[in-house]
Amino acid sequence: MTAALRTQDLGKRYRQRWALADCTLDIPAGRIVGLVGRNGAGKTTLLNLAVGQLAPTTGTIEVLGGQPASGPAQLAKVGYVAQDTPTYSGLTVAEHLTLGARLNPGWDGALARDRIGRLRLDPRQRAGKLSGGQKAQLALTLGIAKRPELLILDEPVASLDPVARREFLQILMEAAAEQELSVILSSHLVADLERVCDYLIVLDAARVRLVGPIDELLASHHRLTGPRRDPATLPADQQVITASHTDRQTTLVVRTDAPILDPAWTVTGVGLEDLVLAYLSDQADPVDTPRPTLAVQR
Amino acid sequence: MIWLTWRQFRTQALVVFGALVALAAVLASTGPGLAHRYADGVAACTTGGGDCSFFTEAFFISHRNTFVILALVVLFLPAVIGLFWGAPLVTRELETGTYRLVWSQTVSRDRWLAVKLGLVGLATAAAAGLASVAVSWWSSPLDKISGGQLPRMAPPIFETRGIVPIGYAAFALALGVTAGLLVRRTVPAMAIALAAFIAVQIAVPLWVRPHLMSPVRVVTPITAANIDGFDINNGLISVNVKPLDSEAWSLHSRTVDAAGHPVTSLPTEVTSVCTPPPPGPGGVTKVQRAPGFREACLAAISRAGYQQEQVYQPASRFWAFQWIETGLFGGLALGLAGFCFWRIRRLS
Repeated sequence: MTAALRTQDLGKRYRQRWALADCTLDIPAGRIVGLVGRNGAGKTTLLNLAVGQLAPTTGTIEVLGGQPASGPAQLAKVGYVAQDTPTYSGLTVAEHLTLGARLNPGWDGALARDRIGRLRLDPRQRAGKLSGGQKAQLALTLGIAKRPELLILDEPVASLDPVARREFLQILMEAAAEQELSVILSSHLVADLERVCDYLIVLDAARVRLVGPIDELLASHHRLTGPRRDPATLPADQQVITASHTDRQTTLVVRTDAPILDPAWTVTGVGLEDLVLAYLSDQADPVDTPRPTLAVQR
Repeated sequence: MIWLTWRQFRTQALVVFGALVALAAVLASTGPGLAHRYADGVAACTTGGGDCSFFTEAFFISHRNTFVILALVVLFLPAVIGLFWGAPLVTRELETGTYRLVWSQTVSRDRWLAVKLGLVGLATAAAAGLASVAVSWWSSPLDKISGGQLPRMAPPIFETRGIVPIGYAAFALALGVTAGLLVRRTVPAMAIALAAFIAVQIAVPLWVRPHLMSPVRVVTPITAANIDGFDINNGLISVNVKPLDSEAWSLHSRTVDAAGHPVTSLPTEVTSVCTPPPPGPGGVTKVQRAPGFREACLAAISRAGYQQEQVYQPASRFWAFQWIETGLFGGLALGLAGFCFWRIRRLS
């Protein structure tokens, strides 16, 4: 099976600033991928590269085995709901569906009409008069009814209230299940992703910090609590992600695939939110660089 | 894509075409009357003696304001199109973010831009063509007699007749789109496109159009038959003669000496004969003095070997100039459109 997204040393520079650097990914198809990171971490850059609305400065990117936006066939395979879910404010809901039908050979008109009906959107309403949640739903409808193999969504729920947020994600999940879609979804809120994603990419300061299936990531990360000790003295296969110390106690988040045998530690699991925060905290090292022994000491 | 482009463009199109159709209707209802009154007047003066110059001058002056206003409409239409059709064509999508929506449909950027430019370009050509045809048709009796004041061959009337308005409008549209792609915001793009368009519209008649074909240069003796005036202004004396071709675009007319060099002030042996008694208040005096004065002056000029050089583009070149200039602006528009395609692929 071809990968949904495969990148090699992908980088994008705006003048002096790297928005994305050294990004190497191999995401299998059929996943619901969560892309998290702080604002400005490079999430939108990565997604725009994947849909071909940006050209990379360095490296290569392949989406479903093809160059992004290399032609109509490639464009048809990838749906995109851009940041702030843009719609034409002067066009009505029905005209947006006409737009989708005219511009996409694979358009599923019945699906689109059915979704608009279920959302109870008035087809004669102009998109400019819709609420933020309704606009997002309309943009999602355009993305889904195009019948893509991969649907990419850039912070689609950022501007929605909690109820609309839950509703939007639920509808997205239903559609993904029905159509066997691969989905890449970005957010700066882990809670949004926890419910729906089975694969995770953590970006921070233009670099990939963590990537993998969520269940594997949760299984290989542990919180260790015990008497105060220098993290440099841990076994070599235990990678320290964060370390915090009080006078008498040390708390570590470590990554290891081996069991933790040292009886001095109390070992607990790590939730997804804590895991992401551990990688986004300032003392976290990038995954692919070797751990400098002293840098984690405070 | 055609559907979407039309849907986005239709309001702007309706406003401009609505105004143009209204204008055309007014012109269509008043044009025949104008042509009729002109034909009647010419018939009356021809049977009454043959000299129609008094009638034609009065007729032109009585319709001059409408004539000029209509010319201004055709002159400004390309700028309006460039500002209100061209500049927002792409910037509106960039400003509202909808380009991300439309570029993620199954439509390449090239096709997206090609349909937009193609459809709006056709509308532009149609609007400019309609305006030019309507105004040229209505003004045709006046164009025959406007020679002494606003000849059809010369700016600014040349720009408002025939096919050049189509070339200007296509250029203005391309300029608006290009400016939009460069600055990515509508209002600055409008300002830049307008400034650039005005600059080109000033530069072309001043420095380019006179050289499209090499002008006709004629040197004639200054005689009582062709002298039109003799201006004395702050000590500088210049001779005016009647143009050989009153419909022509006169580039310049100047007095030259026997060697062909231009003369800016006449020597004393001429001025002593030609200078009238001290002028009254105002400083400018037309030399129309005692009998014999005019002849003596002309004889002095002729003795000194002075002649009048006239350089002009004859009215018979009207259509040749129209085609050349339309081609020029059409070429510029295509060049800018090519730049837009290059630019849109690099836009992010």
